[in-house]
Amino acid sequence: MLVPDTSAPVASFHQAWKRFGEIVAARNLNFDVRSGEFLSFLGPSGCGKTTMLRMIAGFEQPTEGDVYLQGKRVNGVPAYKRPVNMVFQHYALFPHLNIARNVAYGLKQAKPKLAQNVIDERVDETLELVQLGGYQHRRIWELSGGQQQRVALARALVNKPEVLLLDEPLAALDRKLRREMQIELQNLQRNLGITFVLVTHDQEEALSMSDRVCIMRDGEIVQVGSPRELYDNPLNRYVADFVGKSNFFDGVVESTGDGRQSMRLDNDQSIDVDLPVAGKTLASGHQVTLSVRPEQIVLARDPARLPDDAAIVIEAEVRNRIFLGEHTEYLLQDDAFGEFLALAPRQAEASETPFEVNEKIYVCWSRAAALLLDNTT
Amino acid sequence: MKSGWAHRLLLLPAALWLLVMLVLPLLVVFVFSFGERAPAGGYIPAFSFDNYLNLPARLTAFKNTLILAPLGTLAALLIAYPLAYYLAIKASAKIRTTLLVMIIVPFWTSILIRTYAWIYILGGRGIPQLLEWIGIEGVRLINTPYAVLIGIIYGYLPLMVFPIYVSLEKFDKRLLEASEDLGAPPLKTFRDVTLPLSIPGIATGCMLVFILLMGEFLIPALLGGGKVFFVGNALVDLFLQSRNWTYGSAVAAALVIIMLVTVSIYMKLIMRGAGQREDVSLI
Repeated sequence: MLVPDTSAPVASFHQAWKRFGEIVAARNLNFDVRSGEFLSFLGPSGCGKTTMLRMIAGFEQPTEGDVYLQGKRVNGVPAYKRPVNMVFQHYALFPHLNIARNVAYGLKQAKPKLAQNVIDERVDETLELVQLGGYQHRRIWELSGGQQQRVALARALVNKPEVLLLDEPLAALDRKLRREMQIELQNLQRNLGITFVLVTHDQEEALSMSDRVCIMRDGEIVQVGSPRELYDNPLNRYVADFVGKSNFFDGVVESTGDGRQSMRLDNDQSIDVDLPVAGKTLASGHQVTLSVRPEQIVLARDPARLPDDAAIVIEAEVRNRIFLGEHTEYLLQDDAFGEFLALAPRQAEASETPFEVNEKIYVCWSRAAALLLDNTT
Repeated sequence: MKSGWAHRLLLLPAALWLLVMLVLPLLVVFVFSFGERAPAGGYIPAFSFDNYLNLPARLTAFKNTLILAPLGTLAALLIAYPLAYYLAIKASAKIRTTLLVMIIVPFWTSILIRTYAWIYILGGRGIPQLLEWIGIEGVRLINTPYAVLIGIIYGYLPLMVFPIYVSLEKFDKRLLEASEDLGAPPLKTFRDVTLPLSIPGIATGCMLVFILLMGEFLIPALLGGGKVFFVGNALVDLFLQSRNWTYGSAVAAALVIIMLVTVSIYMKLIMRGAGQREDVSLI
């Protein structure tokens, strides 16, 4: 086993590349996993997130660059020698072993050998931890999907790994069970203090559970940050689109010199915006996208009821209405702006009766609510 | 219940077939085995154990069968397993297809002709001559038990490869990664995951090969040169040449009983293994 350097990041990538023939799955990755954090890799399939996980696990080795675990370079070190454990996507439980023997599998490999009573004790303890006490002698196929998920979790956690890797662990569960497991995973992570690295394509999952989210595209890291940072300050349209819903309006920077800050949309409308973008002064004519979150759009029948700081007021037609309980989602249509979404909270709606389909209403958003994104990043 | 009748009706052809082609002939064999041989080779009804008491006269055939059939099965298993493992786990899709075809293609030619070819390969101008060229002299293969064993392995290898290949091919390869992830080096992963999960294939392959080998007569006849006799050769001799049907029936009945006993012991062992598979370690 490796001698840990506690001050070093628990895992890190240094200019790491991974190629599968012509395909580049990881492109010059430089990234640290902090000790004790709950980190998610988020992105669509094929973005390289699973490759990153498998490089930490030791199933893949970088083609160029280095991977470190606790400050030690681990290029070429096989998976069975690494102090990390993985929860596999479809659990990969051993069908020929019962629950207790599945969980004990990792402990049985320990050197020097652990006494059987020590193994039994830790297996019982860990099964208790995932709420499967008393299931020791059951067979895998006697368990439900959610229970199998817990066994997979116990089988990894029992080894007290430095990093627990989770490869889309909840993808096979139904929605309700998934919510429960998300909360349970979060609690486990906090109580055990083990670093969790999760791979998912489900943005809600990544945002609700993680301390930090790493958004990936085409083998590259696009942006890393806390869920709130990513939501409030997405680096570009890709991130804004991936983290929550948003409306996008493309255009160019109109002027920067005379103090007025505005952009000209593709529909030829001029709109006040906040410049510069992410500290960069953009020249007039620079390609930008305006991102407006649906919940930032204010709706009213009477334009007088709209707030005074509106950056723009649009008269739009209601095309569709979806009741979501606490919110109502409206699909709106305007000739210049096209179709866009607005989310009205219940209490705001209460002041007026809900808007009807085909009704013409007034919508606006404040200058601070709209986010300008540099299209060239 | 109507469906009950329909089920029975559909089973009728198979039941009739088994009755006429298996149960009745077996009964005839058992009845004949207690009878007496007529002078011209026919059957005279009687009830004597003389035929069974005479079985030791054919002891060599039983001994050869009972040694070479398990040995051949074991040898085929040891050669087939690595091949099946390579095909199912290591080989690329293209190589896999090519190799599978290469295993199947020999079946397009009769086993008789293929075994005949071995007479020349193992004969004086075949492998022994090659060995002479590199300085190893005096090796004789044809008409020895080794020749029969080689012929058996050649003929029965595909029957062993396929069931093992199927059992290795169908299990989830992520289990191998899971095992490695939990700290098991490759050899331990093989012992604790791959091998236990391929036991059904091993069991099927061994059973198939063993049962067919117990009744084998062609390979010993061609490659054993009349010196390495199986029970099957004894039966051919007794029924077709010496026309001693009653004694032949006793030999056949003895073989059936031996097979019943060995196969049921084998099945019991396998079933026990399957019942508590996690406790079974073949190594």
